[in-house]
Amino acid sequence: MAITAGEARSATGKIGDGWRSLLHRHEAIRGYGLMAPTLLVMAVMLVAPVIALVVTSFWTQDGYRIDRTFTLDNYWSLIKPGEARITFLGIPLPFENAVYIMLLVKSLLMSLAATVAVVLAAYPMAYFLAFRVKSHKLTWLILITIPFWTSYLLRVFAWKLVLGYNGAINSGLISLGLIDKPLEFLLYNPFAVILTLTHAWVAFAILPIYVSLEKIDRSLLEAATDLGDSAWDRFRRVTLPLSAPGVIATALLVFIPTVGDYVTPTLVGGSGGIMIGNSIQTLFGRANDAPLGAALSMTMMLVVTLIVCLFLWAIGFRRMKQADA
Amino acid sequence: MTRTRLDPLTLYGILFIVFLYAPILLLPMFSFNDNTFAVFPLKGFTIRAYEQMVAERPLMNALKNSLIVASVVSVMSTVFGLLAAMAATRYRLPGRGPVLGLIMLPLVIPSIILAVALLIIIRQFLDLELTLWTVGAAHVLICVPFSMLVLVSRLEGFDRSLEEASQDLGENGWMTFWRVTFPLMLPGVVSSLLMAFTISFDEYVLAFFLSGIDQTLPIFLYSQLRFPSKLPLTLALGSSILIVSTLVVVVSELIRRRGSAQTI
Repeated sequence: MAITAGEARSATGKIGDGWRSLLHRHEAIRGYGLMAPTLLVMAVMLVAPVIALVVTSFWTQDGYRIDRTFTLDNYWSLIKPGEARITFLGIPLPFENAVYIMLLVKSLLMSLAATVAVVLAAYPMAYFLAFRVKSHKLTWLILITIPFWTSYLLRVFAWKLVLGYNGAINSGLISLGLIDKPLEFLLYNPFAVILTLTHAWVAFAILPIYVSLEKIDRSLLEAATDLGDSAWDRFRRVTLPLSAPGVIATALLVFIPTVGDYVTPTLVGGSGGIMIGNSIQTLFGRANDAPLGAALSMTMMLVVTLIVCLFLWAIGFRRMKQADA
Repeated sequence: MTRTRLDPLTLYGILFIVFLYAPILLLPMFSFNDNTFAVFPLKGFTIRAYEQMVAERPLMNALKNSLIVASVVSVMSTVFGLLAAMAATRYRLPGRGPVLGLIMLPLVIPSIILAVALLIIIRQFLDLELTLWTVGAAHVLICVPFSMLVLVSRLEGFDRSLEEASQDLGENGWMTFWRVTFPLMLPGVVSSLLMAFTISFDEYVLAFFLSGIDQTLPIFLYSQLRFPSKLPLTLALGSSILIVSTLVVVVSELIRRRGSAQTI
């Protein structure tokens, strides 16, 4: 977007150079002047706390006080080898505090499952909105937007009402005479968490996918049909690849925040469905070990960032985006 | 007149809307049901829970707190969002990408991370008390990206020659902003105010970590979820929040999308 000084110089020669760079710099200065308050506030409220979090993760909790000598103890305690007392999915975890590693892996897997479910559920809906809905489009769009903007807490709580021991499904099935006593496997398990996360995020995922579908040049689809592609071939060879960047961006926007979610696991997960967010919350609350909590938060963020970067690199996202633009 | 046929895709669309709304609609449905449990079959219609709700002192207090925080947050976030949106759309900025990326960052960071980071700096480094102000500050952080997005799309959507015409006719920068730019982007501003309001009003995680003695409404609601005996009250409160947020969102969306080809 911005023209660099070098480019400007080669383009305009010596006389225009001084003027142009001054004007350019002037414009940038005015622009940043206008943006300064926002940038300052965001920087102070975002960057400073994150630095504080990093610094704290190198301190230790000493009773009620925090010992401010630099140490890697918190991080070490997360990966310290030890007796394998916890097994996860049949794999023994040879760590002293294996519970954190177990919860991190479990959170990543649950979040991944929810993300895949969100994309699979949202894609056909976005496709429907982009290609099939001709009239009342605004109504449809608002209809799918509303749930995203209304209280996350209430959407999660709603599933407790649906799946609970005395919930809508159980009491409904009993009053219909289909079962005698409530089904207990509905609530308080990882599946309930994944289902609730899917429901809570799916409305959010439709819009970006819809936009990427809506952007597709319709003449490309016509061309594919004219060249003899069936509807399915056309979708597989034109629509899907062209919407892929939007789908991937959406998937990441769902995956990253859900790894750290703790409201959903607390309300519908029970003891089997807790996630890493619950540990972080406990460390900052009841356990009163903010430094370890900070280290755990940092570890979670680093692992998530690493996974996202590896994933984007593996699928060649940059090339994909360039081709898209 | 609708031209959509009932093919598998349309059927999916309808089922999807049912999946999206059915769980949420249970709240208002059970809130009017004359039963202390949220179970089928429905017994009878009552508004007793709503009467209890209005009489509940801590609830009304929490509501007042939430309204104050959400109002202040919506104004602050719209002002900051407006400044950033103007700068991003009206000036060629070197390093535009990373700078806007920084402002958008709170959207992708899990809120628990934001919450604990803010908690640490407020308590350990600055040694400040947790109050509604700390909640409000955190809410501004997550609302500014949304405000900026809404306003950027509005600013990109209208004809810049109108501003140039105003300047050619001799208005200074401030008057041009006030008489041309601002009226044109007013729908975006109203939409940003309403959106930031709902986000703050409904937000739970940041408020949970960063509020002191003064509770916001979601905190109060959450604290009631633990008590089965409070279920009717919780349902009534939840339904009220849902209805209010839905109205605000619909108004905001209608204002924002009317007359423009906005898709997001």
